Amino acid sequence: MLKMIVCMKQVPMVSDLPWDPITGTLTRGAAEGMMNPACKHALEAALLLKEKHDGHITAITMGPPSAEEILREAIALGADRCLMVSDPKMAGADTLATSFTLARAIEIFCPDFDLILCGCHTSDSETAQVGPQLSEELDIPSIASVESLELREKTLRITRVSDHFLETLEMDLPGLVTIATGRFIPRYASMAGLGDAFQDPGILTVGARDLGLDEHDVGLKGSATRILDIFTPVGRKENIVLTGAPKKIVEELFERFDDAIGSVIRKDLKAEK
Amino acid sequence: MAEKKHSIWVFGDYRNYFQNRVTLQLLSRANDLAKMIDAEVCATVFGHEVDEWVGEYIAHGASKVYVCDHPALTFYSTDIYVVLMERLVRQYGPEIILVGATSFGREFAPRLAKRLKTGLTADCVGLDINDEGLLVQTAPAFGGSLLTRIVTPEKRPQMATVRPGVFQEIPHNYQAAGEIVNVPLPDDLPGDRIRLVSSERQAAREQKLGDASVVVCGGRGMGSRKKFRNLYELARVLGGEVGATRPVVYAKWADEDALVGQADKHISPKVLFSFGISGAIQHTAGIKNAGFIIAVNKNPNAAMMKMADVAIVADAGQVCTALIRELKKRIRS
Ligand SMILES: Cc1cc2nc3c(=O)[nH]c(=O)nc-3n(C[C@H](O)[C@H](O)[C@H](O)COP(=O)(O)OP(=O)(O)OC[C@H]3O[C@@H](n4cnc5c(N)ncnc54)[C@H](O)[C@@H]3O)c2cc1C
Repeated sequence: MLKMIVCMKQVPMVSDLPWDPITGTLTRGAAEGMMNPACKHALEAALLLKEKHDGHITAITMGPPSAEEILREAIALGADRCLMVSDPKMAGADTLATSFTLARAIEIFCPDFDLILCGCHTSDSETAQVGPQLSEELDIPSIASVESLELREKTLRITRVSDHFLETLEMDLPGLVTIATGRFIPRYASMAGLGDAFQDPGILTVGARDLGLDEHDVGLKGSATRILDIFTPVGRKENIVLTGAPKKIVEELFERFDDAIGSVIRKDLKAEK
Repeated sequence: MAEKKHSIWVFGDYRNYFQNRVTLQLLSRANDLAKMIDAEVCATVFGHEVDEWVGEYIAHGASKVYVCDHPALTFYSTDIYVVLMERLVRQYGPEIILVGATSFGREFAPRLAKRLKTGLTADCVGLDINDEGLLVQTAPAFGGSLLTRIVTPEKRPQMATVRPGVFQEIPHNYQAAGEIVNVPLPDDLPGDRIRLVSSERQAAREQKLGDASVVVCGGRGMGSRKKFRNLYELARVLGGEVGATRPVVYAKWADEDALVGQADKHISPKVLFSFGISGAIQHTAGIKNAGFIIAVNKNPNAAMMKMADVAIVADAGQVCTALIRELKKRIRS
């Protein structure tokens, strides 16, 4: 039996980003959540392995109580078990604190895992750091941004593109991978799956105390970084609109932006005097 | 020269030296920051037969380079590099470590930060020093629609990965003097837990679009395959590459290689021309690092037009033809 863990995060839907255009800050409370797209790909990769290798999947998320929704979604898609790590003390965690907390939860509630799968990055903070840091915290090998994987016995063979190199790598389990978006197109939930998710999905919820953690270890207090502010990059684009006959437009474009374009193509675009 | 109080380290990521100059860009920014906190700028180079890169880093602003040169380091290895770097950091105690946000850097830096139990900010687009002498790291969130400023108040070193193309490299100076510190390969180094089966440099084609400083992107609004081909002529005149949206690739007006969008088909040109593209999120996810954007669309309200620096309301095919003609006139010789 291949025992897998998929770590997932609830993120705000990007299309209706809840920022206040005047103060430029996020109003997180108002955000409607969804499963982070890359985590969906990670779950899909786990489901494919499960079909092939008699696997078992535990979905884990750390987040506010509302994040339970994505665990239900994971059950509907085929996860077997869920763990919700939630505690007001854990709010404001950076990747150091998040990976620390997840590692403790995994050690206590699913210590005998073979493979951990994470999304390669989240759509909100986009750090791509939690997966690699979790592997350090658990002292297991890891490979990031995996595009294909194949399991033989207890050895995972993966391919990925890393800085223009197509790499084929092998890793003995237990280990961790983060899954690139692109391959592993997520499936839709079946009716049977939805039924399971809406009956009692049996989600185990644990807090800092269940993990034997002090408030100084988790959340903002356990974090090394501090956010000074969040703002919209205002005034970045002037959005100049040009209309009229194509020939006139093009002349105007070069009159105003000959330097901006010329400096990049390394040509003098000034009109002949 | 007097001993400096601090040091700022730049991880030498030389694997794609000619395409990816991020290490040089970081050496340049590190020199600016160093003046604000009285620091010396150091680079680290791990690998085999790396003299060339050591020389390049000194020529581009490193005053000291820690070099570990050994056949066992012929291939990049996250496992090994993390251990090596951790030891060096514990020995010398840099104040700041900057790593290019390459695929490798974005896997290496988090693991190093975890071992050092310090903070790390991902994919920065700005670095500064504030009044308290802290490194202020500006990083994008939500696909660049928001920016966050982050500091690491207490833990050291302060660490950041930085997006390529944000800073300008210093012109090289091969007369510059730099100290080289040779670091022996520790004999108690743990083994690599990852086995490299193969590593092939990818075909040049795909790199070209991803690295091009000028990209001409076309969408369904180009109208026909024939008109779309004109974009290749425009790209040729500009010395750029052609990108395409999905419908265009499906219609076989352009090759699959040209697709720009989500699914890791990212481009980051300094100048992007966008012709007849509506600006669906699946496409714009791939151009969020583009610099100056010129969009042409009949519909002034298209999403692509809203995110452009210059939005041209006109027929895409006609503007393309006019651009080619005007450029040929202006580019003399
Ligand atoms: C899972 C998934 C993944 C996808 N991945 C990608 C991806 O990676 N890359 C990608 O590009 N797409 C992707 N798509 C498709 C994407 O959603 C859009 O459909 C696509 O980007 C639209 O391409 P377009 O802008 O060329 O065409 P359209 O949306 O049809 O836009 C054509 C534009 O041209 C303008 N126009 C028409 N005639 C003229 C004219 N004569 N002169 C000037 N302007 C004119 C119109 O006003 C319009 O704005 C994906 C979709 C899905 C569902």
